[in-house]
Amino acid sequence: MIEIKNIHKNFGENHVLQGISAEFKPGMNNLVIGGSGSGKTTLLKCIVGLHEPDEGEVLYNGENFTTMHFRERVPIRKQIGMLFQNSALFDSMTVEQNIMFPLNLFTDMPKDEKLDRANFCLKKVNLEGKNKLLPSELSGGMKKRVGIARAISMQPKYLFVDEPNSGLDPLTAILIDNLINEITEEYNTTTVIVTHDMNSVMGIGDHVLFLDNGKKWWEGSKNEIAHTNNKELNEFVFASKFMRAARAKL
Amino acid sequence: MFHSLGKYLLLLRLSFRKPEKFSVYWAEVMREMVSEGIGSLGIIVIISVFIGAVATIQTAFQLVSGFIPKTVVGGITRDSTILEFSPTISSLVLAGRVGSSIASQIGTMRVTEQIDALEIMGVNAPGYLISPKIISGLTMIPLLVIVSVALGLTGGYLACAASNDVSTADYLAGLTDSFNPVIVTVCAVKSIAFGFIITSICAYQGYYTSGGALEVGQAATRGVVYSCIMILFADLIISRMLL
Repeated sequence: MIEIKNIHKNFGENHVLQGISAEFKPGMNNLVIGGSGSGKTTLLKCIVGLHEPDEGEVLYNGENFTTMHFRERVPIRKQIGMLFQNSALFDSMTVEQNIMFPLNLFTDMPKDEKLDRANFCLKKVNLEGKNKLLPSELSGGMKKRVGIARAISMQPKYLFVDEPNSGLDPLTAILIDNLINEITEEYNTTTVIVTHDMNSVMGIGDHVLFLDNGKKWWEGSKNEIAHTNNKELNEFVFASKFMRAARAKL
Repeated sequence: MFHSLGKYLLLLRLSFRKPEKFSVYWAEVMREMVSEGIGSLGIIVIISVFIGAVATIQTAFQLVSGFIPKTVVGGITRDSTILEFSPTISSLVLAGRVGSSIASQIGTMRVTEQIDALEIMGVNAPGYLISPKIISGLTMIPLLVIVSVALGLTGGYLACAASNDVSTADYLAGLTDSFNPVIVTVCAVKSIAFGFIITSICAYQGYYTSGGALEVGQAATRGVVYSCIMILFADLIISRMLL
């Protein structure tokens, strides 16, 4: 489980996060939603340690991650998998080398075993046989899937996903959502997904956190969204005619 | 300026932390050696031969007095090639070739979140990305300078063979005449220092890139310009101290 307590983050005069607290439980898809510039990605980066919060704590299974030194963080980092918005695959490495990279650095597995693991992860994301391709030879959706395969190669306890559906067609977006959901259920990972895609929210949002202007405005599940009276959330979620019509039918 | 110097020194300290796995870092050092060393060989061959030939022709042109033996041309070409042309000119060219490549490679990794991905995995990103490049620069740039010296002196020989200003026998005699080994020491110290300057400054510029493609280009340009300035500055200091 991940707990965040009273997270504040400033960039100069810009107060990006203003006292966010939440709990992210294992085996659940925890979605952080909000408009552009609401602080979603900054919150995610504070949780994984890419940004240091100015105030507040991030606890991984009760261990205070924020006060840890670089070396003390390594054991927790080895349990973290992350899919970046643009996949962040290593350009100079093939698909297989990308997936095997954390295994090469942090395990003493024999090469065959590492290859087996890489092939297993590729099979999981339906990219069997694409081992030798370079990231530049992959489509956007394939890159995301390789990113997921790399993220799960170390069998993480925590999975972080930044805008998994950005730039993808609706079918591929659903495929990625389903894949993340499957991994969360199968490995009982604590999954935190930053998104502003309402299809994802309604599809896999076990636990949803709504941010606006750096503050948490609402927290609940996908089933509760349609019935909430929270003005800010309603303006965000039901901004389109389609969503308003869908809500009316509920 | 002091802020940047502090960041630079801290980055260097991070770069030389104990590696997570030696074999992975070693493979990276080998890859960088091929990229920096073998990849730069062509340009070094071309500039060295031409610089050696031009240095010989120009020295011969200036020493027209009958009181000065022709062998002096070989001696002057040798000293200027070993002391200045090969280490400094080659390093300035390598700052453009190797330095811009390092800054843009690391800068691109920064703006495409690849460095973030390394950090999330628990990898010491400066160590993994920068130390192999510096180690490679410290070994390959001196080797390239040795190649450059040999080819520069060969270029001088070819210039003599192609013209009647100085005979090849005089040139070869001049090369071995009154040789002072300290110039080789100066050449070695310069090339090692320049190798460090090029790789570390350009890696620093790339590592702290933020923004997009435009900023990556700017970081590469800054890396090359600062490296060139520091090479010339270090050239002066080393020459003053060792000669």
